[in-house]
Amino acid sequence: MGNVGAKETPILLTPDGRRIDGRLKNELRPVRIQAGALRHADGSAFVEWGHNKVMAAVYGPREVHPRHLQQNHKAVIQCRYNMAAFSVDERKRPGLDRRSQEISKVIAEAFDSVVFAEEFPRTSIDVYIEVLQANAGTRCAGLVAASVALADAGIPMVDLLPAVAVGKVGGEIVLDLKKEEDNFGEADLPMALVPQSGRLVLLQMEGHMTEEELGRALDLGVQGCRDIYEKMKAALRERYTLTPIAEAAR
Amino acid sequence: MKPGPGTYRVGGKVYASVLGLLSPQASSVEVIPLSGRYVPKAGDLVVGTVTDAQTTFWLLDIGAPRWAPLHMTGTPWKVDIGETGRYLTVGDAVLVRVESLEATGRIGVTMLGEGLGKLDGGTIVRISPARVPRLVGKKGSMIDTISRHTGAKVAIGQNGRIWVGGSPEAIQRVSEVLRLIEENGPRSGLTTHIENYLRATQPADRPYAGPSDREIAGPGGFASPDEDARDEPPAPPSERL
Repeated sequence: MGNVGAKETPILLTPDGRRIDGRLKNELRPVRIQAGALRHADGSAFVEWGHNKVMAAVYGPREVHPRHLQQNHKAVIQCRYNMAAFSVDERKRPGLDRRSQEISKVIAEAFDSVVFAEEFPRTSIDVYIEVLQANAGTRCAGLVAASVALADAGIPMVDLLPAVAVGKVGGEIVLDLKKEEDNFGEADLPMALVPQSGRLVLLQMEGHMTEEELGRALDLGVQGCRDIYEKMKAALRERYTLTPIAEAAR
Repeated sequence: MKPGPGTYRVGGKVYASVLGLLSPQASSVEVIPLSGRYVPKAGDLVVGTVTDAQTTFWLLDIGAPRWAPLHMTGTPWKVDIGETGRYLTVGDAVLVRVESLEATGRIGVTMLGEGLGKLDGGTIVRISPARVPRLVGKKGSMIDTISRHTGAKVAIGQNGRIWVGGSPEAIQRVSEVLRLIEENGPRSGLTTHIENYLRATQPADRPYAGPSDREIAGPGGFASPDEDARDEPPAPPSERL
């Protein structure tokens, strides 16, 4: 993203421990998850996370395109993370760039480690993540949306995959960075957790922090992931909860 | 407790692997999925569309994870090698039966059997495979009701692909009913709800013909209204009801 056009660093942390949007250090932005948001996909989800808006669609298991990617013993998991041209302040040049290729790759690999892909040999599970509005943490929001979409698509998995970013802002370790904190902070550490096993299947870092800070950041992130996990489960429950036929008939 | 379908075991504990309903069995535990693609079973009647014509076989999209090959010897026609395109081309709809499932994921289908074949005209409506039992109803009661009230021909695939033939109005009405079933599948009182809907929307120029005594194929089978029933007085309720 860079600091192009930025004048000076805003006050990211007040003396009483409040952040730029009034949150505490260990507080998440408001997260709303809707499972089953699209009609034609096998599974889908829409996530609003702070000012992020992300749509995810899952198709498959289905025939592999292109064919040469087909694997005889398992399904391939293909992921496309894409940011809409209108998702950021300055128009984003549409299409694949190095950043979105990298994010697509790490997300696909995260899912590869939780999906029971051997159950569907020679097929493809296609995950599409479209960022409609971005405000830092879109790879985590996208991963959460895609994970709910995979569950909605009936794909067998070890567990849902909650994700969150932790960072270092104003010398402090804080949960779930927003745009200004990401731009002007000292470090950004996105991660994805398998709650069932406690394993991390995505962990990246930009910036600097000490070993001791990293340890605290991981603990904080795992706690954040567990909070997101509950919201993901609630979204899926809501999707498959029935209302009586008279109400449904409207 | 043994891990059944839809579950896995780690460290002596059983976890769900799919989103679904917990179903404890005598010696195992399983999770019945609430969503997901069609999982083919040998013997299933399915509606497919042709996606490719090779020299000796066609590939069918039946909504399963893989395309299903239909070999030319599995058809009622005498097809010459390389002439498959003369019988079925990409986009054609067919009613076939799942014959074999292999460990590689290959799904063998056949068109040999009563009622199987190419589906001419009509349209295909997709519903969730999980809703198919609901669409058929007890001993075919639901599909019977639908075809009687609308005059449409309906072929139900276990894969959730429903072929509907007949007049445009009939197809339109059946599509609407299928949407209602899709949305209200797990609720009780659905057959009554659908019947009320059909009565309320019955066109004046094509009054309801009343129950007929025609044969209905089993679940997933071909259901079509008796063409003559319209001109006859309503038959007495059959033993089936």
